Amino acid sequence: MTRLTKALPLLVTLLACAFLFVPIVMSVLAGLTVNYFRGLSSGLTLRWVGEVWALYSGSIFLSIQLALACLVVTLILGVPAAYALARRPGRASRVLEEFISLPLAIPGLALALALLQLYGSYQGFRMSWTFILVGHVLYTLPFMVRSVLAVLAAIDLQTLEEGAATLGAGPARRFFDIVVPNAMPGILAGALTVVTLSIGEFNLTWMLHTPHLKTLPVGLADAYASMRLEVASAYTLVFFVMIVPLLMAMQWASARAQRITE
Amino acid sequence: MTLSLSNIAKTFPDGTRALLPTDLEVGQGEVLSLLGPSGCGKTTLLRIIAGLERADAGARIAFEGEDVTHLPVERRKIGMVFQSYALFPNMSVRGNIGYGLKMQKLPRAQINARVEEVMALCRLEAFAGRAVTALSGGQRQRVALARAIAPRPRILLLDEPLSALDAALRGQLRDELALLLRQFAITAIFVTHNQDEAMAIADRVAVMREGIVTQTGTPEALYRNPQTAFVARFIGDAMPLSGRITEDQLHLPGGVLALPSAAPGREAYVRAEDIRLDPAGPLKARVETVTFLGTHYRIALSEAAPDTLFALHPGQSAPRPGDTVRLAIAPTAILLLPSEERNT
Repeated sequence: MTRLTKALPLLVTLLACAFLFVPIVMSVLAGLTVNYFRGLSSGLTLRWVGEVWALYSGSIFLSIQLALACLVVTLILGVPAAYALARRPGRASRVLEEFISLPLAIPGLALALALLQLYGSYQGFRMSWTFILVGHVLYTLPFMVRSVLAVLAAIDLQTLEEGAATLGAGPARRFFDIVVPNAMPGILAGALTVVTLSIGEFNLTWMLHTPHLKTLPVGLADAYASMRLEVASAYTLVFFVMIVPLLMAMQWASARAQRITE
Repeated sequence: MTLSLSNIAKTFPDGTRALLPTDLEVGQGEVLSLLGPSGCGKTTLLRIIAGLERADAGARIAFEGEDVTHLPVERRKIGMVFQSYALFPNMSVRGNIGYGLKMQKLPRAQINARVEEVMALCRLEAFAGRAVTALSGGQRQRVALARAIAPRPRILLLDEPLSALDAALRGQLRDELALLLRQFAITAIFVTHNQDEAMAIADRVAVMREGIVTQTGTPEALYRNPQTAFVARFIGDAMPLSGRITEDQLHLPGGVLALPSAAPGREAYVRAEDIRLDPAGPLKARVETVTFLGTHYRIALSEAAPDTLFALHPGQSAPRPGDTVRLAIAPTAILLLPSEERNT
């Protein structure tokens, strides 16, 4: 009986893991086999990965470029915004915080449509990668603001700043010497979230992209639609290699920020 | 540096008057304590001096004659020790102490020399590289003091610097702080709600109540010659002897006491150390409780006066609860003060 009560949860856990992992493993293997329909017996190869690189390296670099640009913009906008919200803990701040979070509640498609309606007629902008960047910033900014705000709300910011002020530090010095370093765990967690989301974002990007501007996930959809299954699977593998370390770093950073806010 | 405050008042946006117009002078090298119960406006006054709070219009704050009323806090060249210390968690002990010097844009060598000097003074050398989060309460307090003093401020402001410490440490650090302030020879203002701290540290004490400085003086003067019942109660725990005064006699439920002089319209107060057990004394009282405190007994007495009186009895033995005893109070030990509301 006791053996059964121990074995059952383990079995369930293993089944759940299998449910999650088998498709991933299948997909990765598909990207590495010579011929998916003949199975593993046809041998392993890196040919498809090479092909993905040849066809889609532009998408990979565009995604990295977008993610980094998005990070810079969300840092410049998000950290001061979170600071301003933390300094004035009133009802107006809470309303503003919800307002910043609004893009999260709206489907990416609707957001993209709104951007197209608003800016679609500016041809230069519409065709430029910065158009996608605007969409990504809209979508990721709330994550940065909330992450930084959570850490700032947990420390006695006002007293620390007053301490610095009595020692002769003006507002700008206080921001860079006291606020930013103490918000760092939140900034780091926010930054990793922003980069991960930006690289993986599909909904909005798919609506905003042009044939010459395919990001990593848009390229993936393209590969599935128009390439051999092995190439598309190899693409998935490339995607995993890029996104999994980021995801792990994000977990680690938010766990660290969590410890401070508790 | 001398500090002069004139017409300092503070009304909060909701209309609360935290501080009524106050004038105060602090001399060169003097340590002044602002003493009062919580909510009396003492911290508000300190924060106005620091520049962290803005006084109502018409105020004037002068440091050595220089008007600083409209100078922002970062340009007033003050040093402040906060109740919670407000140490920067992102900097080491050395980083915290050197921050004010860095703000003055001093050369690196000069900063290091001054940091070493201050750390030696506050006995912090052993912790120089440590994170402030890895320090005990007493060590943090010393870092906060060292950080405030390092940039050679014109005035040092301390906001309840001992209240975050546990009781055992507080006594020790109180004496240490008093000694350090004398060594620095700096003009200092020290806010506290604890009369022992104020007495031990300050040259002069300003007793505050409900936004007003009620009396200013040396600890001895406040203790011996309180001007109001509030000061008498707050400093040295004077107890009311509520009876009827006729000429120079005080009629109490337990008997009649002689007063030093005729005191019409006044109220009599006495301190526990001035009540003696004396078989020939004029007052009769019943012993309620007896507490042995080592050097003396603390005896609660009823029936002598409307309120329970406490007597400090230094003898080798004490009466038992329930006993009837007689008390004597020297006429000179009775404080005759203007009457005021009883519920203070």
